[in-house]
Amino acid sequence: MNAAKLEKMSNWNVEKIRADFPVLSQTVNGNPLVYLDNAASSQVPNIVIKRGSIYLQEEHSNIHRGVHYLSQKATSAYEGAREKVKRFINAGDVKECIFVRGATEGINLVVNGYGRKFINEGDEVIISAMEHHANIVPWQMLCEEKGAVLKVIPMNERGELIIDEYEAMLSERTKFVSVVHISNALGTTNPVKQMIESAHKFGVPVLIDAAQSVPHSIIDVQDLDCDFLAFSGHKMFAPTGSGVLYGKKEILETMNPFMGGGDMIRTVTFEKTTYAGLPNKFEAGTPAIASNIGLGAAIDYLGSIDREAAIRYEHELLEYATEKLSAIEGVKLIGTAQEKASVVSFTIENVHPHDIGTILDQSGIAIRAGHHCAQPVMQFFQIPATARASFAFYNTREEVDVLANSIQKVIDVFA
Amino acid sequence: MSELNDLYQEVILDHNKNPRNFRKIENANRKADGNNPLCGDELKVFLELEDERVQDVSFVGSGCAISKASASMMTQMVKGKTLTEAETLFDEFHRMVLGEMDEEAEENHLGKLKIFAGVREFPARVKCASLSWHTMHAALHGEAEISTE
Repeated sequence: MNAAKLEKMSNWNVEKIRADFPVLSQTVNGNPLVYLDNAASSQVPNIVIKRGSIYLQEEHSNIHRGVHYLSQKATSAYEGAREKVKRFINAGDVKECIFVRGATEGINLVVNGYGRKFINEGDEVIISAMEHHANIVPWQMLCEEKGAVLKVIPMNERGELIIDEYEAMLSERTKFVSVVHISNALGTTNPVKQMIESAHKFGVPVLIDAAQSVPHSIIDVQDLDCDFLAFSGHKMFAPTGSGVLYGKKEILETMNPFMGGGDMIRTVTFEKTTYAGLPNKFEAGTPAIASNIGLGAAIDYLGSIDREAAIRYEHELLEYATEKLSAIEGVKLIGTAQEKASVVSFTIENVHPHDIGTILDQSGIAIRAGHHCAQPVMQFFQIPATARASFAFYNTREEVDVLANSIQKVIDVFA
Repeated sequence: MSELNDLYQEVILDHNKNPRNFRKIENANRKADGNNPLCGDELKVFLELEDERVQDVSFVGSGCAISKASASMMTQMVKGKTLTEAETLFDEFHRMVLGEMDEEAEENHLGKLKIFAGVREFPARVKCASLSWHTMHAALHGEAEISTE
């Protein structure tokens, strides 16, 4: 690394940031925890833990249905979190932000609410070769039910989508495009703004799976002009069970509800039910109130740090890890796109990723080993699985060094 | 690292590198597929049964060191055994890796399979060690597919 880069990294006070995340200070198997599984789930800062705790100690009640003090407190905290989401992704209207359990539920909501109503036999749905199973299986189920056709945008050996092929795929038959912003298995950042623009020329709505991009880039749904955008709270420093589906109001209004139940109705008789307005129409049943209030607190946290510096720092960690790992003989990086987020997928010659995972765990290093819920990506690269290190702004260069040294140990065990 | 050394012993590393009976049996009268969808391990076990005895047994597939070594040693141990003996081995191995049996105190037939006792310290890896055994067991019982999740 040159001096200029080092100086830039020192602008990011990582020790101060780490102090905000209590989980990071523990030891695992006698070694300091090195948490490099952020693409699976990120850690939670104190402010989120405290906010959840205040809710449980002082505000817990059901929302939207009580006239009593606690119910109003809970409702206002919950709706306050929704306002934070709106500002965070720059939605035009707070009603466009629907709380879901995570990106998976968000996508399923669109498949069921939009797809089952508007997609018919012979219609085409476009996804990409690097989708998470969450953005493959629901569309496959829909296509099977409707007799629609699922088209897949191919990728090249570096793990980049072949955009020319995508452009050629769009036609009058295309009824929906659903693509991932940042690949969880490869780290590739796709040019979604351009892809949305192309789809819109055919009047085709686009869903962006932003599970990996919301925590590691700055999202502006109006600038992207996406029709839907889904993300999970637990990958952006909030608790599990929180998440958001953003949708353009005019499209959400035309859609069928996903689940029926309490809170999503206006009136119910045995003959007919009329539905509530947005966003309640899509939020049947009691939601994950504490988790979504926690999501609001995570947004506050992200607002309190210099996000551009955080993103730059993560990118520098990526560059450093790429450099260190590619220098190790026998290590092969999977996913070498030009535009990439802080995910390093790799294989070691003659060593299965699960053995890598177990041996690294003994050194206190948490990585993911497996197919990352993206089996078609593994099939493309003709490998059963990869090991994956994924970074957040609380990781350090020293942790990358520990990772590289431990990978060398793995190679030695299997030599 | 001592637990790790228990897991990745020389014998296991050797069977991983040079798996025994790693082939198809063309005239197998029983076979089964084993899958661990969580990690993508896939293997096929072939059995040639005659007169209630395992005349030949083999496997093919891909997986981690633990699952490959376990499959390799399973074929060595089961070959030549009667159905009842194979059942007993399956049961003993299963209980050992789950920590339900003290293989040193309790009488058993595990022999060199005791090397897998260390797996129980790694709960996430128990399925890797037992996949081939479950698959062999399914084949013995004429089932075509087994999945450990």
